[in-house]
Amino acid sequence: MSETVFYILSGFILVFSILTVTSRKILRTAVYLLFVLLGTCGIYFAMDFNFLAAVQLTVYAGGIVVIIIFSIMLTSDLQDKLEAVQFRKIFFSLLAVLIGAVVCISTILNHNFPQVTDKVLDSSMRTIGLRLLSYNEGGFVLPFEIISILLLAAIIGSIMIAKRADSK
Amino acid sequence: MESGVSIQHFMVLSTLMFFIGVYGFLTRKNLITILLSVELILNSVNINFVAFNKFLYPENLGGHFFAMFVIAVAATEVSVAIAIIISLYRKLKMIDVENVNEMKY
Repeated sequence: MSETVFYILSGFILVFSILTVTSRKILRTAVYLLFVLLGTCGIYFAMDFNFLAAVQLTVYAGGIVVIIIFSIMLTSDLQDKLEAVQFRKIFFSLLAVLIGAVVCISTILNHNFPQVTDKVLDSSMRTIGLRLLSYNEGGFVLPFEIISILLLAAIIGSIMIAKRADSK
Repeated sequence: MESGVSIQHFMVLSTLMFFIGVYGFLTRKNLITILLSVELILNSVNINFVAFNKFLYPENLGGHFFAMFVIAVAATEVSVAIAIIISLYRKLKMIDVENVNEMKY
């Protein structure tokens, strides 16, 4: 991954992240989030995680953003602008965020990460599939199964919550 | 890895993205925009996981799988949260956080 590609992608991501949290048109915030997710997908592709990038595209950009846009259309008037944030709130939020970011970034830049260069990354589809269903060391079959139960529970739960109370 | 992009680059990117998400979480009032900020936060954490996987432990795929599970949990979280938002909208006709304390009763 060349440095130019990284800087272009991260600039794209950061600009659209800021637009996501500051735009006052609600549908536009969802579209800006979509661009952030696409930029992240580009970063995964550049790091050779092709499968994860595809998952990011289909699940996040294809699924979640579409659900969010639907719910925006169901619950909001698209012509309306969100009300402006009070100056006090902006000031104190920015203060908290800047302090947190400075602390974290200074920690990151001062920490000495060990360099591992002799091992190569194997993120082929075959390895991923074998790892996901193996129960030996480095296998992830238990979280995989738990996720399936979680998805089922989420489907049932959201149907129960969103259905009308008088329709039983 | 052959080039000049190190793990710190990715971690600084994900930190900035995380705190932009926190800023949105603190300042927004509409429930859906708060949800979007949470998505930003989850996404930044994914970048971190993947960078750790790539640069520190390339022989395991641990970070890759964690990022996948985070994506799955984010999907379930969004579906349940939107179900709550829609049923709230039916009751209150608006989805600002100030009104949500009526859910208690």
